Amino acid sequence: MNSTYVGGGVAEILSHMVPLLRQLGVDARWDVIKGNEDFFRVTKTFHNALHGRAETLTEADFARFRETSEANIRELELFGDYMFIHDPQPIALVARKKEIGRRWVWRCHIDVSHPAPSVWEYLQPFILQYDGAVFSAPAFSPSLAIRQFLVSPSIDPLSDKNRDLPDATIDAVLAKYAVPRDKPIITQVSRFDYLKDPVGVIRAFEIVRRTVDCRLVLAGGTATDDPESEAVLAEVRQRAGGNPDIHVLLVPPNSDLEINAFQTASTIVIQKSLREGFGLTVSEALWKARPVVASAVGGITLQVLHNVTGLLSHTVEGTALAIRQLLANPEYARWLGQNGREHVRHNFLITRHIKDYLLLFLALEQGGDVLML
Amino acid sequence: MTAERPPFHFYSRTHLTELTGLKARTLPELRDVLRTAPDAVVYYHTHHFFEEHLFLRQVPSNDFAYWAGAALFDSVLEETLAAVNIMDFASLPALRDRFVSIIDEYLSMHPDVRTAPEGMEFHFMKSITAVMPTPYTAGNLREFLETIRQVSSNSIYFHFIEARLRLGHVQNDFSLWLRDSLGEDDLAGRVGRLDPYMYSLEGLRSALIQLIERRLR
Repeated sequence: MNSTYVGGGVAEILSHMVPLLRQLGVDARWDVIKGNEDFFRVTKTFHNALHGRAETLTEADFARFRETSEANIRELELFGDYMFIHDPQPIALVARKKEIGRRWVWRCHIDVSHPAPSVWEYLQPFILQYDGAVFSAPAFSPSLAIRQFLVSPSIDPLSDKNRDLPDATIDAVLAKYAVPRDKPIITQVSRFDYLKDPVGVIRAFEIVRRTVDCRLVLAGGTATDDPESEAVLAEVRQRAGGNPDIHVLLVPPNSDLEINAFQTASTIVIQKSLREGFGLTVSEALWKARPVVASAVGGITLQVLHNVTGLLSHTVEGTALAIRQLLANPEYARWLGQNGREHVRHNFLITRHIKDYLLLFLALEQGGDVLML
Repeated sequence: MTAERPPFHFYSRTHLTELTGLKARTLPELRDVLRTAPDAVVYYHTHHFFEEHLFLRQVPSNDFAYWAGAALFDSVLEETLAAVNIMDFASLPALRDRFVSIIDEYLSMHPDVRTAPEGMEFHFMKSITAVMPTPYTAGNLREFLETIRQVSSNSIYFHFIEARLRLGHVQNDFSLWLRDSLGEDDLAGRVGRLDPYMYSLEGLRSALIQLIERRLR
């Protein structure tokens, strides 16, 4: 269960994982909760607050969350032995635990290392009703009275977003979006979200552009559960102004091939998030052996090992410096990219992810540290 | 009449990481949590690098050493902790005691406590392992050699490293079987002297194959 079929990493993982689980003989099903714009405004505020951003939530906001949750609890047809509930939006469904399923797991994709206490304290009574919680990075693990597991998200290497593309396809996509391949391309692929810091990306690019002739591609979409993205996109477009070397591209949902083409055509891929649950776009870029410059936040630090599989930065200026270093040292950039691909091969492919979930079910059933099958 | 010698049954394994919610920002905090940490925590922090970063040419030896260097910026302590040879220990509690005693000794000589920067805390985790049978068996040395060539690296890892420390087997499973079932005491000893932490898993497989081939010549 999650809150959207389209947009963002959770929906993307589930769209690949559910068919694979079914092929393995697991009767996996995926459903989403229903909510109106106001509900998703509140849950987006929850999301930002859990990521540590200062947010104001009123009693009316909590009441809206309760009402929509109660409607979903009443109306959704839930069934299954193992219930996997993703993120805060559907968290209250656990109210039906006594009636349905054997084990309930709350899968948190958010960086909750510094959550706003008001929201965390509100959600905790729901969390504690679950049999287990899953986080994407060790630093997100709070002190909880239920078992917690570390499961990194993953990419599907055979999907349109991650498979090898012929040059002709890449050329066609870039031509379609009017991005010439005449100079190095620096790309960030992200939903238009303040926490992805697209304006910070433009500022870093402007520093780099003073000395190196290159292009910036900011490619992303919007999600049905993210009402803020339109405003962010407008702000980014305004900040980019008329700079012909900055390409702000709104790509429609399911543009996997296009995203693949942008990443593959990039000289450097950046992910300058201010907070990040995991940041699947980093693994996508590493899988394509692209040199990556990314913020040292959240789950990104599991993927980018500084000076081994990419470069980590903390500031706009540091991001610009890392980009300049990689542009000036293509051999080093290539070495980082190759290491990155191997790192993803061993740790962040969907096969490992499915194995972890199956093991999680077993661990919750059997207990103990060594499970003899 | 000779007793029938039991064949070697190859198992495989996979693992899941459990989070404890416990963390340390200073060396005394690290020691205090470690002192009472479950065996699965000690196992995780001394083995996960080996499993997850196989592509690196030089894998850090354990998380305690890595953290001392990367978060406390203490290269002497890092080296001391890294030099702990897991092969010298027959059990995880003994291994834990060694790390605790190194930290105790270090703190007695360096009472100034350093604090890890924000975001660089040590997070304690546990390794949950699932062990499963494979269809592979071997009844004699030649079959054993052929099967070693075929099994997954997870099988090699389980029988050589994990069974010894987590299932309380006194030696790696291969040496035990070679000695007890085949009477190959010399080969069992040579296999037992291989230090798996100095090889990649494929390197370890090659070293095993070489020893068996030499015996069969």
